[in-house]
Amino acid sequence: MRRQKISLALLAALFVVLLAGCSKKVPPAPPQAPAPMPENNAPSGKPVISYFAAEPTTVTVGQPSSLRWSVTDATSVKIDNAIGEVSPNGRRGVYPTATTTYHLTATGPGGIAEADATVTVSTPPPPAPMPTAAQPTIQEIMTKQVQDLHFDYDKSDIRGEDQAILQGDASALRTVFQMDSNFIVTIEGHCDERGSAEYNLALGDRRAAATKDALITLGVPGDKLKTISYGKERPICTEALEDCYARNRRAHFSAGQ
Amino acid sequence: MRTLTISISFLLTLGIASARQQVVGDVSKGAAKPLIAVPDFRATGTTAPTLMAVFNSTVQNDLQSSPQIKFVPKTLYPLRVPQVPNDLAAGLAAPTNGPAPTPGFRPADWLAAPANANYLGIGYGAEDRGLFVVFGYFYTTAPNITDLQQAQVFGKVYTGSLDQSGAMDAAHHYAADILAIFGGQSLIGSKIVFVSDRTGSKEIWEMNWDGSEQHQITKYGSISTFPSASPDGRLVAFTTYATGYPAIQLFSLDTGRKLPFYNQRASMNAFVSFTPDSKQIVFSSTAAGGPAQLYLANADGSGLRRITNSGTIEVEAKINPKTGTEIVDVSGRSGLPQVYKMNMEGADVQRLSAGTGEATNPAWSPDGVHIAFAWTKGFEPGNYNIFVMDVITKETIQLTANEGRNENPTWAPDGAHIVYASKRGRQSQIWVMNADGTGKHPLTEKGSNEKPVWVNAEK
Repeated sequence: MRRQKISLALLAALFVVLLAGCSKKVPPAPPQAPAPMPENNAPSGKPVISYFAAEPTTVTVGQPSSLRWSVTDATSVKIDNAIGEVSPNGRRGVYPTATTTYHLTATGPGGIAEADATVTVSTPPPPAPMPTAAQPTIQEIMTKQVQDLHFDYDKSDIRGEDQAILQGDASALRTVFQMDSNFIVTIEGHCDERGSAEYNLALGDRRAAATKDALITLGVPGDKLKTISYGKERPICTEALEDCYARNRRAHFSAGQ
Repeated sequence: MRTLTISISFLLTLGIASARQQVVGDVSKGAAKPLIAVPDFRATGTTAPTLMAVFNSTVQNDLQSSPQIKFVPKTLYPLRVPQVPNDLAAGLAAPTNGPAPTPGFRPADWLAAPANANYLGIGYGAEDRGLFVVFGYFYTTAPNITDLQQAQVFGKVYTGSLDQSGAMDAAHHYAADILAIFGGQSLIGSKIVFVSDRTGSKEIWEMNWDGSEQHQITKYGSISTFPSASPDGRLVAFTTYATGYPAIQLFSLDTGRKLPFYNQRASMNAFVSFTPDSKQIVFSSTAAGGPAQLYLANADGSGLRRITNSGTIEVEAKINPKTGTEIVDVSGRSGLPQVYKMNMEGADVQRLSAGTGEATNPAWSPDGVHIAFAWTKGFEPGNYNIFVMDVITKETIQLTANEGRNENPTWAPDGAHIVYASKRGRQSQIWVMNADGTGKHPLTEKGSNEKPVWVNAEK
């Protein structure tokens, strides 16, 4: 019922047009023939790239991305960036080290089709800020990395078991002097309470001097090292025990002077 | 009979101490030490009686601690005590064969048992115009003397301020006058310089040799230690960290001021010993690098000359105060520290200590014949005792034992006393003893006190 109304309206409209045409007196053109539908089965036209994409499109360095593509009507499909000839439908993992645009070229009897897929490589934040935050200060190196050396009773030579500590001290002190070329380190020689105070003053002097000499041979600048003996005047413990004596027989490093 | 009793008691005493007598020969030469009685003096007035008690105990201490005489214990004295010469005169005037008019007033009463005193000191004191005045007399009790003038050895007036130190001063002078008769050198005017941490840091202090009038010399708030004194009693040298590194400083006891001293550029300059004329010094320095070595210089540090070149630690040089031609020191030449002797050129080196344990702190006796030193003989490291050695024979006697850690002995100018540091517990104190090891008593009690040096009375 409704369709009939529309048909009537169309007829009416056509009638008006015909009347108007008649008034201009131009013969009506024949209607244009519709374009032929392309035939899917025959590779007669240009290749068709259904899609060519990277997934994901953004990676960090060293992370893989996957290129996926699908091409029809092509006799040859190539991707640049050393990937080369590929099948019309496929996927390929890539490990770009920098942002890369992959270029796909599909060649068929009907021509050439091309497409691009870009993988954006994001560079991780520079490591500099993190070490800067963790970089110990001179103060921290002096208190945490530079360790006391210890000595046998009435001796001032560096003990075999302290060689590792000596190496660590040398390395830490070299770092300190690189950080601040004006920095001065004083090596204090100390003794346990048993010998005479007089002899111990000279013995502590030997301990400090022996430590300085050993550090110089390990590349620590000697002009940055001063020595002082406190003999047995500044013990770090006062119990009459061998453990305490051993702790007091030491070369200690202090800042400045 | 009486004489026999005396001889026996002497023999007993000598038998026990014979080893000591032999080595410290000059100190106690002559077997028969005189027996001396000094009964308590009395005084009138408001303050004087209290001060008299101080006087009496000081005289007794001085006499008891002298190796020259033997002090008769007061419990052996007669009950009646003469106070003025007239008391004795009355006793002498009485007939000798009759009953004694007042037992105790005759010199013979003191010569008799149980006192057996060869000499008698009497006297009394009073306040006079704000001063403490003591009349002190000294008599022999030798038999067959009938005249008081003949019996009197001396009679003097001693005055001091009307306080404790005045009473002690008067007592020291009276005791010194008695001891001088028997060859004792007076200690009056001599001082002891030492190190004390009682202010919180090690400073140099000074006191009278009886421990009185302790006062601070340095006020650096640093470490100031290792004092020594010039034989003329005018200079004290010590080592201080006040300027950063252990360096020598010179101090005038006359003016109480610092004197100029040229320290060597070295990581340490320390341990000064003066020549007998007080014009030169020997000390230890690392001026040439390597272990501390001995150097000779003028008293102000100028005119340096190296003495030793041993390649090992050389510390605590002490110049012979009598000859001025030899040095003892402590050296590591044979391993653990030992006492060595050498001439002023550093030659003729000879080890004095036995080589066992550790021997340190040598100190010459004033006659330059003996050294006192600290030795760990027979004990573990750090357990020092005081020994005295005859430098020629190397014979040693031990003066301390089982009384803590004892070190840094130095001799009194009378050669009869030794002052030293004794650590019995956590703190060290200054002690004094007779050169034969008897009569030990402390002089300090506040803080920790060490490194005593007996300073001669100023010449």
